[in-house]
Amino acid sequence: MEDNEEINPDGSTVPKQDAVDEANSNVDSDIVREVPDEAAPSPLACRLSEVKVPSESEEGFTSEVDPGERRGFVKFLCVLIGGIVSAVPFGAGIWAYLNPLTRETEVGGDGFVKITSLDAIPADGTPAKFSVIADKEDAWNKFKNISVGAIYLRKEAGKVKALHTVCPHLGCFIDYRSGKNDFFCPCHNSNFKLDGSIVSGVSPRPMDPLKIEIRNKVEVWVKFQNFQPGHDHPIPLS
Amino acid sequence: MKALINWIDHRTGIRSLTKEALFENIPGGSRWRYVWGSTLTFALFVQFVTGVFLWMGYSASSGDAWESVNYIQNEMTGGWLLRGIHHWMAQAMPILLLLHLMQVLVDGAYKAPREVNFWFGVILLMLVLALSLTGYLLPWDQKGYWATKVATNLANLVPFIGPEIQKLVVGGTDYGHHTLTRFFALHAGVLPALIVLLVVGHIYLFRRHGITPAEPRKKKDAYFWPDQVFKDAVACLAVMATVLFFVIWYHGAHLSSPADPSEPFSAARPDWYFLYLFQFLKLPVFAGDKEIWGAIYIPSIFVGLICLMPFFGKWKVGHFFNVGVMFAFLGGAGALTYLAKHEDVSGPNSAVYLKALLDNERDARRAIELARHEGIETTALNLLKTDPKTQGPKLFAQHCASCHRYDGHDGLAHSLLDAKSLDDLKRRTSSLKRFASSDSVHPDWLARLKDSGNTNDWQTVQAILNANIEGVYEVIAGTKFKEAPSAPDLKGFASRQWIMELLKPEMYISNRFFGGTAHKDGDMYRRFLNRKVIKYDDEEKEMLKLVALALSAEAKLPLQVNTDKADEELIQQGVDHLIDDISCINCHAFQEPDPDVEGPDLTGYGSRQWIIEFVKNPEHEKFYPESNDRMPSFGKKNILTEKEIGLIADWIRDDYYKAPNSPITH
Repeated sequence: MEDNEEINPDGSTVPKQDAVDEANSNVDSDIVREVPDEAAPSPLACRLSEVKVPSESEEGFTSEVDPGERRGFVKFLCVLIGGIVSAVPFGAGIWAYLNPLTRETEVGGDGFVKITSLDAIPADGTPAKFSVIADKEDAWNKFKNISVGAIYLRKEAGKVKALHTVCPHLGCFIDYRSGKNDFFCPCHNSNFKLDGSIVSGVSPRPMDPLKIEIRNKVEVWVKFQNFQPGHDHPIPLS
Repeated sequence: MKALINWIDHRTGIRSLTKEALFENIPGGSRWRYVWGSTLTFALFVQFVTGVFLWMGYSASSGDAWESVNYIQNEMTGGWLLRGIHHWMAQAMPILLLLHLMQVLVDGAYKAPREVNFWFGVILLMLVLALSLTGYLLPWDQKGYWATKVATNLANLVPFIGPEIQKLVVGGTDYGHHTLTRFFALHAGVLPALIVLLVVGHIYLFRRHGITPAEPRKKKDAYFWPDQVFKDAVACLAVMATVLFFVIWYHGAHLSSPADPSEPFSAARPDWYFLYLFQFLKLPVFAGDKEIWGAIYIPSIFVGLICLMPFFGKWKVGHFFNVGVMFAFLGGAGALTYLAKHEDVSGPNSAVYLKALLDNERDARRAIELARHEGIETTALNLLKTDPKTQGPKLFAQHCASCHRYDGHDGLAHSLLDAKSLDDLKRRTSSLKRFASSDSVHPDWLARLKDSGNTNDWQTVQAILNANIEGVYEVIAGTKFKEAPSAPDLKGFASRQWIMELLKPEMYISNRFFGGTAHKDGDMYRRFLNRKVIKYDDEEKEMLKLVALALSAEAKLPLQVNTDKADEELIQQGVDHLIDDISCINCHAFQEPDPDVEGPDLTGYGSRQWIIEFVKNPEHEKFYPESNDRMPSFGKKNILTEKEIGLIADWIRDDYYKAPNSPITH
């Protein structure tokens, strides 16, 4: 409790008289406050402890002027109208803010993106990183042929395997460590084998495999998509 | 609940604060005339909330501003509502400010000891106007761009440091990224912060001195709560309802076409509450080096006078002087605003103004539909600059329309899709009479109107629109021509109908085709149309028709793709007739080069490549090596680039994206 307050019997606090007086002394002394009617309290009076502040009333306040049901209704209307007009700008703002939830991302064609040619992938089975160049819709922009992500491609027993570079744990970029010949996420030290399976660390699932197609004999096409982090199986982001 | 409030109250004193706020005494009781301060606070609150949410979708760079605002307005769910509330509340604020100021003046609430609070109010007024000015530029559309340019150029007039001030405001010598980042920081950061500080001070001072009652007092004193609060709340509700009415009526706020430094916008005007200043500067007394008086000295002196009003107000006569000055100002500003509006829609230059509005509306709609359909890879302006539908007519009007026509006009006639788009214009200009009866209307179009028996004015347009509400209308055209057409009308060039008309002898020598050229005395007319075709029997006429089909198929017009495919056999017959029976190849090359003939090559006639090559050099041996009339070699002489010729060709060939319906949802 503050020093300059005192508690009323009903638990509400009002300023101590001396605190009020101190506040009043700040008021410009040459303002002559007119109090034309006995019934109407002066502006200062309402600050004094004599003013009853029955806490049972709905809004917590009543005045001694013209009590009754009508005033209760007027107060109710004040709160109602105040609530409505204040809700309008928030409503419009929140509606627009929620737009991303209802906006669907368009996927052009079958979702496969041409990455490289077979010859560009090392024959000895070491993984190589490739950028994924595709069209991207970014709010009001539609970019053509820009980087949208990266993948690791690796030859394994004559077949090409594709792994996402994004860690399934929390989305950091996974490095290939040539010295240890493994994958390593530098954020939380998750360690993966070349086939993507977990060696150690906190990742909830192995590295995300991507569908691959060889078209026209040498072209490597990958169905590039991103997945939600943190789950034990890949769930595509849409 | 009570315990919780008590707990909080012990630590914050919230109860006494609320009490302090609510139990302000109002001498003479609550009155409707006291509501304006509260409505202004409410308006500021709405602007803060909607502004912050708009901020989440806005990008302040010259390549993204229009694009992001368009995205908010036309792509984001509820974006139009959000932007609409922000825009229309901004329109309401000057009115509320004025009402507040006048109430304060008339009731004498500005007099001692309230001078400082009055000055706070005057500063707040200036700050709100600064918010309007900075906000107007942010969408980076033609309207805001050109109007704000005028405003910042006025900064140049400030004595001694004008050019430096302008450079600082603009963020360089020319408008660009930094103009937007600076304006946005002012609009969303500096000005709102200053306003919050001053509003707090304003309300503190107001409470310190109490309300100045309007005399005579009709009722007993009362507290602020709940009677005055109720009146304030109702007034806020009325303001919000009015704003929402406009928001829904206009479906948000208007966005004109993307800012383009190379494209004039003759209808650029400041927001309506600055129009009186705009009109003021048009007064002849401020011509030349006197402009600084109208733009800076007189407004500054007037603001200074307002600031001195509390001192004059000490005397009764001074008070009357103050109130009289403000009413005189209002009268003058109102008259100037009316004059500005009146000049725009009915003055001697109104045709220019209205035409600019129409042109801009066309570009704005096109930019929006292209942004939606093609997507913006660089900027929306670039979409417009590479769009045949937008650039074709402009280039045609500038380079071709001195001889050619496009459906009787210079290419720039407006085809308004429906009655609704006309209603839009009517709402935005508050007059459409002029659209149908001024120089902005194309004579050919008026001639068409004559059939309806009434060429008078807008009512005719309205009547026609009401009668054919489903149709497509060509309404307003570009400029009136000084001369009659002297080369073919190229609307539908190389289409079946166009070629069939061309092959009618009487049409060939009419103004629609070659009547105005030397070709009307050429071999095509003298030795073919007027000697042979004129005597054709029905069978030969049928063959000629097939030739027209075959020739038209050479153009591969997008509009005819399907019919050409369906008529493949007929077209093949036409090709045979073209070569054998009708023997076009006597004078024209077809399918293979023929250096001996004089007429233009018919291989690929009307195709994009054919048109480009022809326009580049009509005197090329493929076309009119000997008999070119007056057509300049646009490419050879570097009058037009190949890209520009391509835009014209694509436009004439109707080869561009057509939106199924307007992207603006109404």
